[in-house]
This record gives sequence, structure tokens and C-alpha cells, in this order.
Amino acid sequence: MSIPMTPGEVVDAYFLEHRARLIDIAAFLDRVDRAGGCDDFRMAAFGRALDVLSDGRPERARRVLEVFSDPTSEPIPAAGTKGATGAYPGGGA
Amino acid sequence: MRYIDPHIHMVSRVTDDYERMAAAGCVAVSEPAFWAGYDRSSPQGFFDYFRLLTDYEPKRAAGYGIRHYCWICINPKEAEDVGFARDVIRLIPEFLSRPNVLGIGEIGLNKNSRNELTILEEQIALAAEHDQLILVHTPHLEDKLKGTRLIIDAIRRNGAIDPGRVLIDHVEEHTVKVVLDAGFWAGMTLYPQTKCTPQRAADIIEMYGTERLWVNSAGDWGPSDPMSVPKCRLEMARRGHAPGTIERITFGNPFAFMSQSPHFDLDA
Repeated sequence: MSIPMTPGEVVDAYFLEHRARLIDIAAFLDRVDRAGGCDDFRMAAFGRALDVLSDGRPERARRVLEVFSDPTSEPIPAAGTKGATGAYPGGGA
Repeated sequence: MRYIDPHIHMVSRVTDDYERMAAAGCVAVSEPAFWAGYDRSSPQGFFDYFRLLTDYEPKRAAGYGIRHYCWICINPKEAEDVGFARDVIRLIPEFLSRPNVLGIGEIGLNKNSRNELTILEEQIALAAEHDQLILVHTPHLEDKLKGTRLIIDAIRRNGAIDPGRVLIDHVEEHTVKVVLDAGFWAGMTLYPQTKCTPQRAADIIEMYGTERLWVNSAGDWGPSDPMSVPKCRLEMARRGHAPGTIERITFGNPFAFMSQSPHFDLDA
């Protein structure tokens, strides 16, 4: 099944919404910098994910999700916590 | 047009939500047993929760013409204490015959720990023993990809589970293909901040088709939206998808999957 819209219709429908989201990301990065920068594994993954957006290859959403994912395959010894941080501390897949 | 929200935690929602959902065309919901935002202090707490899911909530839904179904289990966030979890599992069989119970769920993994996996395997075995449908929770964020793979492996190891009787929920772009390719049903959860948006769900439908795929709100006590299924319908209509396609994703597919349980009957 394909999207029943032309490329122009897709851009007309979604450009402004995603332009705003892109500026939100830029402002977030500026905010981190103004706070003194941050050497954090989540921000490192964020940077790798941004690289995916501009590499010109397809399936960006899947590949961005994989950047943030735990690439290991064995169960961990104990849960310890219930929450998730959004990025794998050891680097993404 | 009518729709089903096949995964929503109405215990966390106000009665006004039932009214809004009914006004938008909702005719049925299914409510998996889940983590209530805190750890219950005794198995008796689960017993009372299961009574709420099987006695009280169907009556509240019926006030708005909505059929309420549910799933019974111990969720993965409270499965780290294996002894405690096994005490809860022993309570489950007596609820499986209740008229609105569709199966075991939402079982799965949260942090992908060994104890979570042990309890997942025991509840898969329970479903096989009692010939129950299974609804699976996959982990959040960085844990989802690994957890989805571990869950699929665990179901396959059991050997007695037909993948066509298992719905693996909260899929996203990096997990939907492995779930569908393995013959399971896949659910997309529409959350405002995590999981899928209605736009991304429509993208996934366009990429993977309408076979064995549904959308749900998983509305609960956190940031979530019980109106997200009709919002996804609106997004698909906005793109020009045929009414039959929208109907299949938001009514026909959940109807087909849940109809595998003898308890699911919208005409009764």
C-alpha cells in the first residue's frame, strides 16, 4: 500500500508542522549549550541520530530508533529500575 | 463509523472518557492488566484489581453502550520478585472463565531481566495450558528492540503457541517487521510523547499493509489520549485512504483477532 498523496501534497500538509519541530530541536541543542554543554550518553546518541536524518538514505525512522536501542541480546541479571532513559548507555545499534 | 480501542486502561480514566469515546464511534474496548503506577503490596491487591476488570468496569462501559473486555496477568514491571509473581499467577485461572476475559495479558518484558523472562515464560505456558489468547507488552524506548526479540524467542521456545493467537503490542518502525514476519499480530500504540503518533502509524500502515495490524490508545494514568484511535482514523482519511482501509485497521482487525476468544461477541 502506498501513500495516496503526491510529494507536493505531502509537503503542503506537513512542512510547517515539521519545520517547527526542527526549530524545537535546534533550540533544545542551544539550551544545552547555554547551560554549559553536556557530556551525556543520551546527547551522544542524539547526535548520531541527527546524522541519520541527513544521510540521504531511506527508513530514517527505523534507523533513528535503532541508534537509541540496546544492541545486546542477553537478558540483564536484574531489573534494578522500572524506567527507561531513551538511549542505551553503551552506544546504539 | 464504529471503532474498537483494543488496548486502553480505563481503570485510570474518568467516566467522561467513555462518553467522549462513545460519541466518536467506539463500540468496544479491551483492557489488559497492567502496572498501576505503584507496586502492589500483596497478591490480594491483584485479586481486587482482577475483580475490578471483570465486574465493575464492564458495567461502567455499558452505561455508554461500549462493550468492555479484559486480559488477566501479572505485568512485567511487577515480575522481578519471582515468588510474588508466582503467587499472582496462581490467582489467574479462576478469572479466565469470566465472560469478558479474552486471555492472558499484557505479559512481556520491561527491562529485559532474567526474572522478567522467567515469569513471561511461565505465563506463556499458562496461556498454552488454558488455550488462551495472548496480548504482549514490549519494553519502552531503548529496551524495545532487544525485548521484542527476546519475547518472540520465548514464545517460540514454548512450542505450543500459534502466533496467530498472539498480539505483540507497542510496535514501532524498528520492530513491526520482525513481529509480522514471524506471523504474530502487531499493535501500534498512539502516545503523545513516546511510542507512535497517528501520523507514524499511518506511515507504518502504508509501508506494511493492513494485515494483522491494529492501533490503540493504551490510554492510562500518564500522558496519553483516549481519543487517539479516532485521531488516527482522521489522519488516514486526511491522506485519502479508503473508508474500508480505515475500517479494517480500527474495527475489522481487532474484531478478527479478539473473535478467536469465545468470550468476544459484540452481538450478545
